[in-house]
Amino acid sequence: MIELSLNGQALQVADGYTVAAALCLGGDGNSRTSVGGQRRAPLCGMGVCQECRVSIDGQRRLACQTLCRPGMRVETRA
Amino acid sequence: MTRDFDLLIIGAGPAGMAAALAAAPSGARIALIDDNPAPGGQIWRDGVQAQLPAGARRYRQALAAATNVQLFHSTRVVAVAGPRQLLLEDEAGAWRARYAKLILCTGARELLLPFPGWTLTGVTGAGGLQALIKGGVPVAGERLVVAGSGPLLLASAASAKKAGARLQCIAEQAPLAALTSFALQLPRWPGKLLQAAQLFDHQYRADSHVLAALGSERLEGVRLSQGGKIREIPCERLACGFGLIPNTQLGQALGCRIADQAIAVDDWQACSRDGHYAAGECTGFGGSELALVEGAIAGHAAVGEQDQVRALWPQRRRWQAFADQLARRFALAPRLRQLAAADTLVCRCEDVSYGEIAGRSDWVDAKLHSRCGMGACQGRVCGGAAEFLFGWPAPAPRTPLSPARIDSLVQLAEANEAD
Repeated sequence: MIELSLNGQALQVADGYTVAAALCLGGDGNSRTSVGGQRRAPLCGMGVCQECRVSIDGQRRLACQTLCRPGMRVETRA
Repeated sequence: MTRDFDLLIIGAGPAGMAAALAAAPSGARIALIDDNPAPGGQIWRDGVQAQLPAGARRYRQALAAATNVQLFHSTRVVAVAGPRQLLLEDEAGAWRARYAKLILCTGARELLLPFPGWTLTGVTGAGGLQALIKGGVPVAGERLVVAGSGPLLLASAASAKKAGARLQCIAEQAPLAALTSFALQLPRWPGKLLQAAQLFDHQYRADSHVLAALGSERLEGVRLSQGGKIREIPCERLACGFGLIPNTQLGQALGCRIADQAIAVDDWQACSRDGHYAAGECTGFGGSELALVEGAIAGHAAVGEQDQVRALWPQRRRWQAFADQLARRFALAPRLRQLAAADTLVCRCEDVSYGEIAGRSDWVDAKLHSRCGMGACQGRVCGGAAEFLFGWPAPAPRTPLSPARIDSLVQLAEANEAD
């Protein structure tokens, strides 16, 4: 198992899961807040739409194309 | 850092893998670039909940064994950095790839059309849901509606059912007569007939399309038009996609000619620019079989093996005929242009509504007045939608071609100054 943090909460997932999966397993599935204030979740699943962008260790990354790694800090508040 | 290659291939889906393997015996130094963590593209996407077909495993093993093919995963193209030179970005940072020949295998994305509620959590693309499930997104026990158009709906529904979703309906917009004609043609491609028989589901409905996704914070149900009648179905997930559109941005940025929304190629899969080739869905939607043979043709052509190319032409014709059937039978009904309401968001990056852009004269006019298409996806979603809704040609790509780190842009600026 891999341990990472999602919005400050510890989360364990099995090896090979994407961050997009972790958002569902450890939270409400949402990845970001839109400019109009709506919560959004991954849409295209293939790195095109940018809806799944999250902050990972301070860098903006796409949750659907990023695999979970030990110690990752994932934030979905921005 | 700059790396030199004889042959650079962008995209490691079926077309890119086939291109690399066709060119590999020539001994050329080959690089295969892909933005996903593993090769396979969309149809052969690997993941914790993916079951790779035998063909996909064979291609991956052959690639791993080809010592002159280097795979760069989790790497995306940021910009054209000079003549025969691209700026790429991976987790560690930016680097430049110089090439003698280039093959574009940039695939396709889903056509996602706006309808009321489509921004709710729980609504995804059809292929989108399949990709997310492969990566481990849990759907067990969730009620699912699949909607839109094309054979991908059946494939997506099958993946979701395997992962434990409870399928409520597959709503295909094409009329029954078109689907029947398509099915009657399938014996020409026995493998496809078998695939269709395996994937078919008794919840499949022709002449049906989504009207609205219902819910406040997240999806609670879907309103469908089914053969002209309104039907509401409670569900936690809606997977909706209206077919595929070729990813032409990099081709456009390189100056390759575009025709019919795809990168134009000749019999050799060569683009209008010398030394540049394209294969697979970026040259027009056709499925993985066509992508494999086009990729192989491009790979052989790029290393000058003309006899091998000619030998593959009959195979390409056979699968092109299948692609033509797909395009004809799953053509989108004009009524789908009426799905969005005035307050339905079209541009999800900048939250621009249908009402804000509907009266505009073209894409540039819409952009200038609303910021439509100026967000992180650079119009890849709303530009495709606007092309269908209003007939506006796709926006020309701008640098950076994908969101990039400041460090990468600094590198690009330095490269430009050095030139």
